[in-house]
Amino acid sequence: MDSLAFDRNRFRKRRRSSALAMGLCLVATLIGLGCLAAVLLTLVAKGFSGLSLEIFTKMTPPPGSDGGLLNAIAGSVVMTVLGVVIGTPIAILAGTYMAEYGRHSRLTLVIRFINDILLSAPSIVIGLFVYTIMVAPMHHFSALAGAVSLAIIVIPVVVRTTEDMLRLVPDQLREAAASVGIPRAIMIRKIAYKAAWSGIITGVLLAIARISGETAPLLFTALNNQFWSTNVNAPMASLPVVIFQFALSPYSDWQKFAWTGALLITMTVLALSIFARALGARGATR
Amino acid sequence: MTAVSPLVARPRELSAVPDTERLTIKNLNFYYGSHQALKNVSLPIYSHRVTAFIGPSGCGKSTLLRVLNRMYDLYPGMRAEGEVAFDGEDILSPRTDLNLLRARVGMVFQKPTPFPMSIYDNIAFSIGLYERLSDADMNDRVEEALRAAALWDEVKDKLQMNGQSLSGGQQQRLCIARTVAVRPEVILLDEPCSALDPLSTARIEELIHDLRKRYTICIVTHNLQQAVRVSDYTAFMYLGELVEFGTTTHIFSAPDQPRTQDYITGRFG
Repeated sequence: MDSLAFDRNRFRKRRRSSALAMGLCLVATLIGLGCLAAVLLTLVAKGFSGLSLEIFTKMTPPPGSDGGLLNAIAGSVVMTVLGVVIGTPIAILAGTYMAEYGRHSRLTLVIRFINDILLSAPSIVIGLFVYTIMVAPMHHFSALAGAVSLAIIVIPVVVRTTEDMLRLVPDQLREAAASVGIPRAIMIRKIAYKAAWSGIITGVLLAIARISGETAPLLFTALNNQFWSTNVNAPMASLPVVIFQFALSPYSDWQKFAWTGALLITMTVLALSIFARALGARGATR
Repeated sequence: MTAVSPLVARPRELSAVPDTERLTIKNLNFYYGSHQALKNVSLPIYSHRVTAFIGPSGCGKSTLLRVLNRMYDLYPGMRAEGEVAFDGEDILSPRTDLNLLRARVGMVFQKPTPFPMSIYDNIAFSIGLYERLSDADMNDRVEEALRAAALWDEVKDKLQMNGQSLSGGQQQRLCIARTVAVRPEVILLDEPCSALDPLSTARIEELIHDLRKRYTICIVTHNLQQAVRVSDYTAFMYLGELVEFGTTTHIFSAPDQPRTQDYITGRFG
């Protein structure tokens, strides 16, 4: 029975190391989830009490008076929508080129490399870039410049997902389309996009989630505006910039608005992510 | 576009027509980059007959099939030399309109590849590209194609269902219907049954018998019994070369080449 005892020892040792590894994984998960929960709880604790109808109906106030975040919310929506409208078509076309027409070309390798750099570029650099090419020559800040800098953040995210999703469409489908005489452009529009759309939309939603919290690119471009403005050629308020300004101020009522604004952004991003996930899961099962 | 496009094949009767060449392959060489996959292949493809390409894996039979509709053109680094005459025109010429060629030379693949759309649209889509039809005419064409592929009775009540929700055998017949719908002259079948169960295979083989009356058919198959069952002519290929071409009866009963004999009796490959 000597050998059995030996085996049992090894078995115990293996169980121990397995339990240790599992324990470490669990601890890591708990730390991650714990941080996330702490962030969310703090946000809710400090921001929820500030939520009221006035937040959505009144403009940002001077310190010490009543007000809301309407101009900031509207500004964020306007610039996010504009940013997506400017960035998405460019990105989808670029991603389509890379996955369909330029699949084997050297240009695609170059674009992919540059796109990856853009994907991880600090957003403050993008803000400064747009400041240089738009704000400085025009001699004033504008919502349009803000939207352009957001678009530059949207582009690499959507290029990446579009290319990846189109590459997941099997070549056999492309051959099948070619085999009945369907020209390539029509194949891409009517078949490849159809097979990949849920993934591409997911990418766009994630890009929206990303830009709705961006502050740095807007600081240098859209600046801020205490009043209601729908003029895209003029400075415009946005939630992240207002949060930045209010949170750094010494006034406690402003700080409270900042918490509420942060809660709004976080909830929006959370909702978008859940929606993107659900859409992605639906696409995967089809 | 006028009602009758040059793509529309007029079905002919099989009745005792002598064998006429539909496609003539002459001294065909094919290269994947620097690798030569086909070596000086010459053979005729007869009109309204079924020609089977057999041979061990990697012998070039699928490559040969993919030359006939220039499917290889989708990928870089592949080139064909020689001549493939189709109605007197060399399809390898750079002037060939590939979409027109592929509408005349249809193809069905190993794995069923329905488009991600409804059963109806799977068929109507490619017709709509080449012909402007009224809704009623389109309905007729879709029905005609599904009947030709022996699928109509199974799907007539669920034409709006996604084509990808059908069973594998049904999907493959949908792909055949889709190919037939554009009224090609030649149909290329690349191991159409290898992903199907025996029952579905039997249905497809019956279908090939029917389709032969109206179309010229080339089929690549690993299944020698299938080649015997469905084909009139057989080409045996080995290492990129055409070893022997002849009537299926001849190839499987008294082949001239010892290598053919070895292959069909299972001594190699």
